[in-house]
Amino acid sequence: MSSVATTRPVLTAERDEGIRPTVRSRLQEALPKIVLAPSFAAIVVFVYGFILWTAYLSFTTSKAFPSTNWDGLRSYEKLWRWTFESSPPSSWYTSITNMGIFGFLYVFFCLAIGLGLAILLDQKIRGEGVLRPIYLYPMALSFIVTGVAWKWFLDPGLGLEQTLHNLGWTSFHFDWIKNKDFVIYTVVIAGVWQASGFVMAMFLAGLRGIDGEIMKAAQIDGASPLQLYRRIIIPLLRPVFLSAFIVLAHMAIKSYDLVVALTSGGPGGSAWLPSNFMYEYTFKRNQMAVGSASAIIMLMGISAIIVPYLYSELREKSR
Amino acid sequence: MEEFPESQEQLSGEMTASAIMPGHAGFLDPNGRMGMRRTILKAAAAALLLAPMIGAAQAQEVKEVQMLHWWTSGGEAAALNVLKEDLSKEGYAWKDVPVAGGGGDAAMTALKAMVSAGNYPTASQMLGYSVLDYAQEGVMGDLTEAAKKEGWDKAVPAALQKFAVYDGKWVAAPVNVHSVNWLWISKPVLDKIGGTEPKTMDELFALLDKAKTAGVIPLALGGQNWQEATMFDSVVLSTGGPEFYKKAMNDLDMESLKSDTMKKSFDNLAKLVTYVDPNFSGRDWNLATAMVIKGDALMQVMGDWAKGEFVAAKKTAGTDFVCPRFPGTDGSVIYNSDMFGMFNVPEDRKAAQVALATATLSKSFQSAFNVVKGSVPARTDVPDTDFDACGKKGIADLKSADSGGTLFGSLAQGYGAPPAIANAYKDVVSKFVHGQITSSEDAVTQLVQAIEDAQ
Repeated sequence: MSSVATTRPVLTAERDEGIRPTVRSRLQEALPKIVLAPSFAAIVVFVYGFILWTAYLSFTTSKAFPSTNWDGLRSYEKLWRWTFESSPPSSWYTSITNMGIFGFLYVFFCLAIGLGLAILLDQKIRGEGVLRPIYLYPMALSFIVTGVAWKWFLDPGLGLEQTLHNLGWTSFHFDWIKNKDFVIYTVVIAGVWQASGFVMAMFLAGLRGIDGEIMKAAQIDGASPLQLYRRIIIPLLRPVFLSAFIVLAHMAIKSYDLVVALTSGGPGGSAWLPSNFMYEYTFKRNQMAVGSASAIIMLMGISAIIVPYLYSELREKSR
Repeated sequence: MEEFPESQEQLSGEMTASAIMPGHAGFLDPNGRMGMRRTILKAAAAALLLAPMIGAAQAQEVKEVQMLHWWTSGGEAAALNVLKEDLSKEGYAWKDVPVAGGGGDAAMTALKAMVSAGNYPTASQMLGYSVLDYAQEGVMGDLTEAAKKEGWDKAVPAALQKFAVYDGKWVAAPVNVHSVNWLWISKPVLDKIGGTEPKTMDELFALLDKAKTAGVIPLALGGQNWQEATMFDSVVLSTGGPEFYKKAMNDLDMESLKSDTMKKSFDNLAKLVTYVDPNFSGRDWNLATAMVIKGDALMQVMGDWAKGEFVAAKKTAGTDFVCPRFPGTDGSVIYNSDMFGMFNVPEDRKAAQVALATATLSKSFQSAFNVVKGSVPARTDVPDTDFDACGKKGIADLKSADSGGTLFGSLAQGYGAPPAIANAYKDVVSKFVHGQITSSEDAVTQLVQAIEDAQ
């Protein structure tokens, strides 16, 4: 009895140890997949599934509601024709030229101001801890808040112009936000104001990551501060430039809320970006096929930026 | 073990109840409420999966109307409250369908999403062609029975029935009739500059000049595309006359759209725009109205919802402001109308829907609501005793325009053509006003092209 009693537990323990670890290790192996599966499925359906759905709709006669009547390339032909209607400008022409102006100026000024601020903040000044969040703070605001605040500030009857008139400078004139030719630049101003602090933080992190020895060596070799920045520090920041560019470029392409909040489309729709065009045509003009086609073109635009980036990133990793 | 006493049958009964009426699960309980509550959680999970399948298996009547609308501002909300009270007297609860953003565009987007998902509200505030769009999709209900009983066929102007009746069936209940060819003139300013109400386009321009020399902003305009296009509706009617308006703006006759009369209309619009203040672009319509109310501007061309603003500011028609028709459009009415589109809800909600529609078109509500809203009743047999001078004029004009065949849909407001075309029209007018399109010839070519693209 006693021997049986003693061996049994040993046996079961052995058996347990033989089975449990495999179950557990299998579970452990599968766990990441199990955890990721729902979000993976959601992304497949709600991102890639709907991209395909949108692409499909762009070839149909969809108007107010999705329809499955095949219509070939007609929506794209319309967009193509509108692309060259510059005088008077078609809404699509306005949207894509605005995208060019806004995209270029927004990225350029964010990078320039961000880098400038970062270099100035990097001079071991007092109170950096206070200054840094002040510049970074606009990023914490939503585009809607930025848009509304700048709308009031730039409005000639309410904001800057009116204030300066009241202070006695009556010849001051600044009505860009009401001017069809300049309204897109007000979108640039508000956008740059919001994002340049964030770019500054990225550059600041990059600057802090540069080895102090290199700079000391350069100084010993007699490099002036200007040379130091131009020849050594800024080239070393190349990866930061690339990340900042990618972040800014995709923010520029998806800017929709800023245009709506700041200009509500601008006089005669002169502040539209492709995203505004897409929304207006799909949901308000009952031309869902044309809206979908413009969405697909936007997707191709984003891919043109992201794919080379991903390619270079992945290639660097594999090296 | 008390947690699991319910039979399978009871559970499925509950699933039905909670699927149909979230938050009202206690309503159908035959055996007391205690067991009910406990299973709600369990049943809710099951109901999420089963809801589409058992949606039709309900027999008991639901005494609730689900309403999608964007009448949330002071006067409008007060006007709508009349309807809520009328319905609650009959025992029907009112439930607003929440819309993020609040505006009409956001509401229409929300409605599209709801309908696409098969989740119809009892009714939704709708405009013109969108009612027909939805009717075409086969999602609208049928109110013909109630319409016969209440005599809507005779009372509602035929032009409105074009949008409320689809394929011989009543699918919407018109709430009001707005007309857009009005001038809203500040009486104090008019007296100050010594002007009179203009009867022709030339008199209008003369009056505007007078205001300009007196240092008042002659014309208050909000530079948003629908406001500009709304004003242009009146300009076209005045320039070309009723026949031309109908041909160009309702029948979309290409010859008329390309004609010299249309060019003349654009020229008149260009001239009108020279009288606005430089800061007009993007201004909301009610701010433009406020300029007239405060006496900063002489007049505004706007639909009669502007009167709601005057009334809310405690101004009286005749003494504080006057409301002539847009010069040269007397006798015609360019209308738009708010409608409650009625969806094809499940059987158990039909009674509530009929009650809502009947209450909406009752004479008492039509009068009470429209006095507040600034519009005129959607049926021509409502007494005008409670209305002010402008309202009385509006009711009389509607009646005569209805019988005289001069009641036209506003293209800017989506009653002249389907939304795709109406929006193309608004784009062209707006681009013309803001200078992207520089000549009336270009404007006409663009208009024709834009309408062709949208078709």
